[in-house]
Amino acid sequence: MSTSSNAGTSGAGPSGSAKVTWYYDPKVRGVIYQVITLGAVVALAAIIIHNTAVNLASRNIAQGYGFLTTSAGFDLAMTPIDFPRDATYGRAIMVGLVNTLLVAAIGIIFASLFGFLAGVGRLSQNYLISRVSTIYVEVCRNVPLLLQIFFWYFAVLQVLPNPRNSVEPIPGWIFLNNRGLFLPEVKLTEATGWAILGGLVVGVIGAIAVSRWARQRQIATGAQFPAGKVGLALILGLPILGLVVTGLGLTLVAPVKGGFNVAGGTRVIPEFAALVVALSVYTGTYIAEIVRAGILAVSWGQTEAARSLGLPNGPTLRLIIIPQAMRVIIPPLTNQYLNLTKNSSLAVAIGFPDLVYVGGTVLNQTGQAIEIIAIWMAIYLGLSVATSVFMNWYNARVAIVER
Amino acid sequence: MRSDALLGFVRREMLQASPPPRSVVGPVAWMRKNLFATPLDTVLTVIGAALFAWVVWTLVDFAILRAIWTGTSGEACRKPGAGACWPYVQAYWKQFVFGRYPEIERWRPTLVFALFAVLLVPLMIPKVPFKRLNAILFFLVFPVVATILLSGGFGLVHVETTLWGGLLVTLIVAVTGIVASLPLGVLLALGRRSKLPVIRLLSIIFIEFWRGVPLITVLFMASNMLPLFMPQGVEVDKLVRPLVGVSLFTAAYLAEVIRGGLQAIPKGQYEGAMALGLSYWKMMGLVVMPQALKLVIPGIVNSFISLFKDTTLVLIVSIFDLLGMIQSSRTDPNWFAPSTVTTGYLVAALTFFVFCFGMSRYSQWMERRLNTGHKR
Repeated sequence: MSTSSNAGTSGAGPSGSAKVTWYYDPKVRGVIYQVITLGAVVALAAIIIHNTAVNLASRNIAQGYGFLTTSAGFDLAMTPIDFPRDATYGRAIMVGLVNTLLVAAIGIIFASLFGFLAGVGRLSQNYLISRVSTIYVEVCRNVPLLLQIFFWYFAVLQVLPNPRNSVEPIPGWIFLNNRGLFLPEVKLTEATGWAILGGLVVGVIGAIAVSRWARQRQIATGAQFPAGKVGLALILGLPILGLVVTGLGLTLVAPVKGGFNVAGGTRVIPEFAALVVALSVYTGTYIAEIVRAGILAVSWGQTEAARSLGLPNGPTLRLIIIPQAMRVIIPPLTNQYLNLTKNSSLAVAIGFPDLVYVGGTVLNQTGQAIEIIAIWMAIYLGLSVATSVFMNWYNARVAIVER
Repeated sequence: MRSDALLGFVRREMLQASPPPRSVVGPVAWMRKNLFATPLDTVLTVIGAALFAWVVWTLVDFAILRAIWTGTSGEACRKPGAGACWPYVQAYWKQFVFGRYPEIERWRPTLVFALFAVLLVPLMIPKVPFKRLNAILFFLVFPVVATILLSGGFGLVHVETTLWGGLLVTLIVAVTGIVASLPLGVLLALGRRSKLPVIRLLSIIFIEFWRGVPLITVLFMASNMLPLFMPQGVEVDKLVRPLVGVSLFTAAYLAEVIRGGLQAIPKGQYEGAMALGLSYWKMMGLVVMPQALKLVIPGIVNSFISLFKDTTLVLIVSIFDLLGMIQSSRTDPNWFAPSTVTTGYLVAALTFFVFCFGMSRYSQWMERRLNTGHKR
């Protein structure tokens, strides 16, 4: 049913028909707006591309990714994968990426630990524990991360004694000084290494199989089976069995203290330590708040219902509260993990060779700003997309199905 | 059928009266309930108390008991066992605030600080009248006046932005970021919920791009690539480059926060506005946005707090904010001492804490004040 138009009153045209004047038609307007917006964006992009091309040409900067195969000629402080002297820029960036992932993985483990402890701590009945947790969260969350990294690196780790006067928590085995933390190196014979790895793989597969079988059996018969304990025994036991069977082919090589440095052993460089500590302490505060909110989001009635069914405290927590809290916790928690990964790029400020630091060095040597920044963005965007895909999958799996 | 015997839960005889409970008021009862309820609780209490005492003692010991209070160089602070080096803070204080801004011209940033405070404080107190005038002065007039005062012109000596630094730059980056990103964030949020596919897609790409990359790479991009984007001969000021990067970055985060608020507004509100014949912009501006923004105040303030903390990252592209000034004073041979750097970080941490904590408390208060409509 067409209403009699009031469009004509705006003095547009004397069409006088019952139809709306064309430029008041929402559909036409929508198309016009979109064409204008798209035009503006395309024009802006064209101008930027043109300017960049002109600027690059006038500065004699070559374009393309050819530089990745040229020899790098710099050293990196931490190389978890091989980085020989004549390695290429591409290899250097690979090392940076592995370092970023390493910092992120270890940081995530510790941040979760701090976060869960402080989050549960804030809800504790114990006055002192809840206050200490609150102070930790409020203070460490309101101080910039970069400042915390500087603090750990310049104010704590750099004022440690020199190698000659190392702190030795276990004399002769562990050395702590301003060059880092030196731990004994674990040396395995080849057979033992494979046996342990094989034991671990078989153990994990076995644990999964046992838990599946236990669930099936519980659904079918109602009988419970200690699948968790058996699984843990498999995962821990089989590698140890492998170690024993292959004749204990494992030796710990202690680092040796020399005049100016500590030789041998496994070294944790101070940059790595400072970064991991600062990232975990900082992100832990955010995780604490997420955990607290998640637990508070499960209504008290759930606990009461569990108690009235006669469930003891442990299973109430494990079977009723935590699964429901996890629904609220997981999405923001994943975000925090992603934030931690992105924040690990602050490594550049203290010279830890992560992706951004290595990329920055390459950028300074070659001037390939666009290519380097494109590599950064591609990798971090890839991580983000992977995370959000996982998050959406998990969310869909655990979401409450409402009637 | 008699069932008395089966009804085991019906009590037939009286129980002995229990003894009266131990005191439930007073400090002893409070401690029993909150500190030593169970053996585990007692252990936790001891650990907590030890941790707390250790942190407080370390802090007091360093900042007060072992601190050095007077001196003209790092000599005094270099003695073994010395704590905080306060003369260093005193000597450097002006640089922490103004950076390398020329000394005779420092009245200009001081005046800007004063104007900022005079305009901001009444804006933040709901009871003070003339809000509209106040807002116009703060958001439109103040930035122009501040720019002229700081950089020069109209008879004032020109001061290069490379000389600006310290807290001045921290506040400039933060305030510009906040003021520039809020409107952009609102537009992006509306764009992402738009029914027009092209506009929605462009908004999504923009938001997800900026949210997916670390701020450092954005700053590198701003300082390295922005000059390449400009036509030849056009120079972008070194301080303006990170401002652009920070604003776009924050706008993307704000857009998502505001989108959350928009999604929480019931459909009836849109329908009511449409039934009144309001246009799209009037509907959004008068009906939907005010409610949506009110709902997401905590999220918006969170973004602002992260922005404030993230201003420290500009030191990576060689702009010396408060932390940058402290970091560069670290190597001053005159003040070089083991505790100098820690003292500097303590000052920076305290400053940032005061600002961020203040913002979060203010937002909580504002939230409670505005929390009117949803109660029934």
